[in-house]
Amino acid sequence: MKSRNLIPYLQAAPLAIVLFLFLAAPLALVLVVSVFRNKLFVGLVPAFTFENYFSILTNAVNYQLYLSTLKFTVIVLAVTMVLGFWIAYFLVFHVRSLLIAIGLFLVCTVPFWTSNIIRMISWKPLLGREGLVNTALINSGVIDQPILWLLFSDFTVVLSYVHLFTLFMIVPIFNSMARIDKSLVEAAVDAGASRWKVIWNVIVPLCKTGIGLGSVFVVTLVMSDFFVVAVMSGGLSGSVSSGVFFDLGILNYPRAAANSIVLLAIVVLIAAGILRVVDVRKELTG
Amino acid sequence: MHKHQKRPWTFYVLATLFTLFVIFLYGPMISIFILSFQGPTGGLVFPLTDPGFHWFGALFGQARTGDVGGAFGRTLPLALAVMVATVVISVAAGLAFRRRFFGSSVLFYTALASLIMPGLVLSIGILVAFQFLGLPTRWYSSAFGAHLSWTLPFGLLIMFAVLSRLDPAYEEAAYDLGATRWQTLTQVVVPIVLPGIIAVSLFGFTLSYDEFPRSWLTTGPQNTLPIEIYTMTTTVTSPALYALGTVTTIISFLAIGLALGSIGYIQHRRRNKKSF
Repeated sequence: MKSRNLIPYLQAAPLAIVLFLFLAAPLALVLVVSVFRNKLFVGLVPAFTFENYFSILTNAVNYQLYLSTLKFTVIVLAVTMVLGFWIAYFLVFHVRSLLIAIGLFLVCTVPFWTSNIIRMISWKPLLGREGLVNTALINSGVIDQPILWLLFSDFTVVLSYVHLFTLFMIVPIFNSMARIDKSLVEAAVDAGASRWKVIWNVIVPLCKTGIGLGSVFVVTLVMSDFFVVAVMSGGLSGSVSSGVFFDLGILNYPRAAANSIVLLAIVVLIAAGILRVVDVRKELTG
Repeated sequence: MHKHQKRPWTFYVLATLFTLFVIFLYGPMISIFILSFQGPTGGLVFPLTDPGFHWFGALFGQARTGDVGGAFGRTLPLALAVMVATVVISVAAGLAFRRRFFGSSVLFYTALASLIMPGLVLSIGILVAFQFLGLPTRWYSSAFGAHLSWTLPFGLLIMFAVLSRLDPAYEEAAYDLGATRWQTLTQVVVPIVLPGIIAVSLFGFTLSYDEFPRSWLTTGPQNTLPIEIYTMTTTVTSPALYALGTVTTIISFLAIGLALGSIGYIQHRRRNKKSF
């Protein structure tokens, strides 16, 4: 009888070991290294100093990076939330055949399983100075000079984020919406609620969890991104993670580590704030 | 019952929105597929001149584009290994989580934390950990672990969803008929949750195959494909880049097609069996 009680531990052990070796321990080391000193040509020097954090907090460029990341996060969150909600709503409440709804849902999710870098690069032949969009606009006489901000600008960065991350909003919202009992909607309609009242007072509150989970994903993805912002802004914009990336490039591991800890703290605070309102475990099993 | 009802006007608005979104999602991808067939003198943008397979040949032929062949030779085995490990570990952990055990909440939330951990931060941590232990970073060791920390939470969440719908009566029936624990697992539980296992495989394979931030500092001297592609975006200014994009995307689509196709096939067969 005793050995049966050990079984869950044996089953969970591989997961626990991997998460310890490749998540918890590395994270602890990042924390340790963040108080080390960096010495030119020597590298890491064990120490206990807060100068890396001090250097981050007193650097005006860093505040700009944080501000720019915050700006992208807010814009992308708003766009993906609106898009994600209405697409999920369409699939759940407007497509009558379940099989077609699942098919269309998969059409939205397939790009998730393909390369983000390739999807990002594929905007280049469309948006460049001689790209398809500019060529089409010039040929049709709408403009006579190519629009330069289509590629390598904040616009391109937001476009790429929305392109890459909207499905992280669609999937959890679709998941909560699909579980809404249709008779609730019918009851609200019978009681005289208008379409908008039903959406706002019945459907939105019932997919709060989905919206919350989607927001956690989008916020984390945007905040931890460094390559979309590097490639698609043409080096004109940066993010917190590109600060980390830059520090790694000049082999300043302690400051990269300190920067990572600050970034992680902010991400965790935002995620915890959102998750306070929603019960993830219930959403998954319930 | 509401088959004959007139569709509300919002249907048409949202159907248009959905169509535009799908074009937005796939349009750029399609444009680089087309441009990868650019002729030898063709540029990075339309029009397509003298189309052919020139850049696909250039991809594996010239040294100029880097070690694409070698990168494929590392990325595919890595993705397959990550896939197998993800399935085994997630299924085992999924079974464990059906009961509350000491530390189950901590483990569950650690796995979720892995999902929101910035890949670059994890990359730094694993690099420093390997340096600390005096081990070299390699695609088959450090990158393998880095990828697992990304694929396992997805695997675990899928197994959570699948196993929570599994009726324990099936297992109890198997025990009552004298099956051992192992027989019950392999002949009752696994066949029932097979579609879920295929989904976990799909996540394990494709997420590893395309992973960039977690690979950045962990692959060591020999690059995997996403890093090779990232390097190419700054050094290669020919349609060879598009050809590479097309090839990797075709591989992803094959994996997706195989997984979704077999899930669909299993569900179809089950529906047909239930009908008599």
